[in-house]
Amino acid sequence: MIELEHVTKTFNAGKHNQFTAVDDVSLTIAAGHLTILKGPSGSGKTSLMALIGCMARPSSGRIRLHGIQTSFFTGTENDSALDITSLPERFLTEIRRSTFGFIFQQFNLVKGISALENIMLPAYPTGESQAAFRRRALELMELFSVARHAASPVEWLSGGELQRVAIARALINKPAIIIADEPTAHLDSKLSLEFMEMVGELKAQGTTILIASHDPLVYDSPLADSVVGMRDGQITGITGTP
Amino acid sequence: MSAPLNRHSNILEFAISSLLRRKSKNLSLLVLYTLIVFVIASLIFFVQALKHEAASTLKDAPDMVVQRMIAGRHDLIPARYGEQIRAIRGVSAVSPRLWGYYYDQVFGANYTLLVPDPKQVEPGNILIGPGVARNQRVQAGDMLTLKTSRNAPLLLTVQGIYPSSSELLSSDLIVLSAEDFQEMFNLPPGQATDLAVTVANPRERVTVATKIAELFPDTRPILKSEILRTYDSLFEWRGGMMVVVLAVAVLSFIIFAWDKATGLSAEERKEIGILKSIGWETSDVLLLKFWEGIVISLTAFLVGVVLAYGHVFFFSAALFEHALKGWSVIYPQFKLVPVIDAYQLTVLFFLTVLPYTAATIIPAWLAATVPPDAAMRS
Amino acid sequence: MIQHPAILALSIAALLTCCMLLYAAWYGTRILRSWDLHSGSELQLELERRTYLISVILSYTLLFQILSLFLYIFTADNLHNQFTGAMCAAGSLAVNGYGYPVLILKIVNCLLAGVWLIINHVDSRGFDYPLIRTKYGLLTILAPLILLEAGLQFAYFFNLKADVITSCCGSLFSTDKRSIAGEIAGLPSGPTQLAFFGLMALTFLIGVVFYGKGKGGGIFSFFSSLTFVVAAAALVSFICLYFYELPTHHCPFCILQKEYGYIGYALYVTLLGGAICGMGVGALMPFKSQPSLSLIIPAIQRRLTLLTLALYLLFTLIVVWRMFSTPFTLG
Repeated sequence: MIELEHVTKTFNAGKHNQFTAVDDVSLTIAAGHLTILKGPSGSGKTSLMALIGCMARPSSGRIRLHGIQTSFFTGTENDSALDITSLPERFLTEIRRSTFGFIFQQFNLVKGISALENIMLPAYPTGESQAAFRRRALELMELFSVARHAASPVEWLSGGELQRVAIARALINKPAIIIADEPTAHLDSKLSLEFMEMVGELKAQGTTILIASHDPLVYDSPLADSVVGMRDGQITGITGTP
Repeated sequence: MSAPLNRHSNILEFAISSLLRRKSKNLSLLVLYTLIVFVIASLIFFVQALKHEAASTLKDAPDMVVQRMIAGRHDLIPARYGEQIRAIRGVSAVSPRLWGYYYDQVFGANYTLLVPDPKQVEPGNILIGPGVARNQRVQAGDMLTLKTSRNAPLLLTVQGIYPSSSELLSSDLIVLSAEDFQEMFNLPPGQATDLAVTVANPRERVTVATKIAELFPDTRPILKSEILRTYDSLFEWRGGMMVVVLAVAVLSFIIFAWDKATGLSAEERKEIGILKSIGWETSDVLLLKFWEGIVISLTAFLVGVVLAYGHVFFFSAALFEHALKGWSVIYPQFKLVPVIDAYQLTVLFFLTVLPYTAATIIPAWLAATVPPDAAMRS
Repeated sequence: MIQHPAILALSIAALLTCCMLLYAAWYGTRILRSWDLHSGSELQLELERRTYLISVILSYTLLFQILSLFLYIFTADNLHNQFTGAMCAAGSLAVNGYGYPVLILKIVNCLLAGVWLIINHVDSRGFDYPLIRTKYGLLTILAPLILLEAGLQFAYFFNLKADVITSCCGSLFSTDKRSIAGEIAGLPSGPTQLAFFGLMALTFLIGVVFYGKGKGGGIFSFFSSLTFVVAAAALVSFICLYFYELPTHHCPFCILQKEYGYIGYALYVTLLGGAICGMGVGALMPFKSQPSLSLIIPAIQRRLTLLTLALYLLFTLIVVWRMFSTPFTLG
């Protein structure tokens, strides 16, 4: 479970180009739910996800995570929340690495290396042996039917294959929460529906999923437990139970 | 405990792959780096080898040489001085030495003529050094003509030529008998060029030298240690001079390296942003940059050292000879004895790898602190 | 000034270290002034980024410092030909008044930098940067010391005159000289041996108790530091005699030479390493009660204790081995 309490994120504070990306947002997201953030670009969805995903620190407010397991904190769902608001980067990153998986709008795969290596990258700094996560990466590639591209440089893959590699990468460290930013922006309807199917499978396994999208195929999907509307950094409305 | 090891090996692997992905940029850096290491290493090895040669040639030299000075210039010394010196406490042996210089007008070269003790050649025969042989274009068995001080020609048979392994010592040497020496230079009787003195206890050398100087105020005792010191400081001075000159080159290299390191292309910046966003921490990226630096430094260092070794010990430091050896018509062609130790390598390390590493710390850190959410915004 | 590649190398290293430390100290003071972990402001984020840089800089500095300590001694040794009367580094260092102070300072700076790195490591394990102020406070002490050392080193090399007659280690460390070196060398061997072995054993005992029961960390640290000083004196007083097999050769530098198998390096590295780890244990004691570190510090202290004991043990073993394997005996 993720708890946000009066979270604000301001850039360039005090300067003439001061910009508030997230404005006093309070939200609770339950474990295992699929939550959609819906809103136009510039509404603060991306910044909010960066804050939740331990990529950035809020300017004010509190963010708490329940039920995470890391080397320095172990908690169960209903108690002992970890307040990540003031954690130093080292710890934030450790949480991010083990608890979150990210799927970016542009896929953000590293060019010049193979698909398999891309999938394995998040596991490099964890101290796990390469044999172990290599095996996992290959299994994931099998699961998403891209195993034959293991050694191919990513430049050779099609849009749909890239999407699946990106999802596989997000899953390499067995995260409890997946965050996806406009995942269907560059996909046609068929691939978008395939994506939502894979999301459904992940949800069935108990993964908490957070998707920011202005694609109706996503926010109108029956899989979604809740849709949170955003505009100008604030929440405009919530349907369903996040 | 293997978790840290795994982390290092994984990141090292990525570092190597990342260096290989940007071949052109890294290759130019590597080439320049290797060049700098090569030049400085050649210098250090060469100077060290020369010092070593000087020390080993002087090993068999007498502890002290006493020369007579008249009006501040070196003159012949009466052999009877030797008897009195022999009586000084601590002196174990004194022997008069006969040697001198001979200028050959025909070939324009200076030779050193020496009468060895004990006798090595009969009158009429000589042993010559390889430089003399080359200069006069003679071989063993040929004859050589020298002009005596009375302007008469003296014919001598070359009995043998010293091997080229002793070139540094013997290049311009002509070893002859005492009779021929006398024929050449017509020394007044009872005189020698200088006296070789052996002192049993090394700690007493300075004391004995002082006593000799008191006994014979017109002499100058020269200690072997002083000669060694002079050679040492001469070589080091010349070596140091070149290093200072090279300092400019090293500085330019450092600036180049720093520029390369700070000039992250958009591609590289994006890649680091991606790494940060998928879970790499600043210290992981710093480790990546550290390994990249080590791989480049070690490669440049090893290749540079190996090349320098070959340059100095197989090609006799062809690039530096003239600056460091001085000039003369007779030029010893010698192969230096390879002398390398950990000390020299450490000095080399300090002069090359250290500045490079220092120059790349801040650029590496700048690269590593790309914020993780930058990738989400692009 | 004698132009010698090694002197240039050391001077470059000193210059680089000074620059890096000044940079680090400058940012250190900024951090001391404006650090506030709970503000999510951009200044705070910037300061957090800077601490990475400073840790990296100081890690490299410690490495350079240790290397330059040994290079300094070796260079002094290499130069001994230039000075009449000098047979090894001891003589070269005595040529002018700066040589030995630089050596002492280098050792002190090595120890301090080592302790800083230990504190830095512990600080990074706590999730609220608990030791940040201590760290940068220590930095403000270390920086001027390093500057001083670099300055004195320049002065030493600059004032090296080749024809100065200096003393060789035989007379510097001879027992009939009235000087600190002479007095250390002149320590009676019986009591010194007792003191050395006794202190080692005591340190061991306390260390094992601390490792097992977690009590007495401060005492352990104190004794390990005392052992460091006594072991250094013992080296001059009787240990090196066994290596040279001469009752009068007290020089601590000659054991670094090739003739003795470079054993001096093993002795000095283990001794210094043990001292740094032991001091680290003591340095961490005041912070055990911090909430974020209450679990971490004991674990790290145990590891440091183990390391100290292992290194000191190695040192003692080398000494004992030598004492028993050579036919030479002290009366």
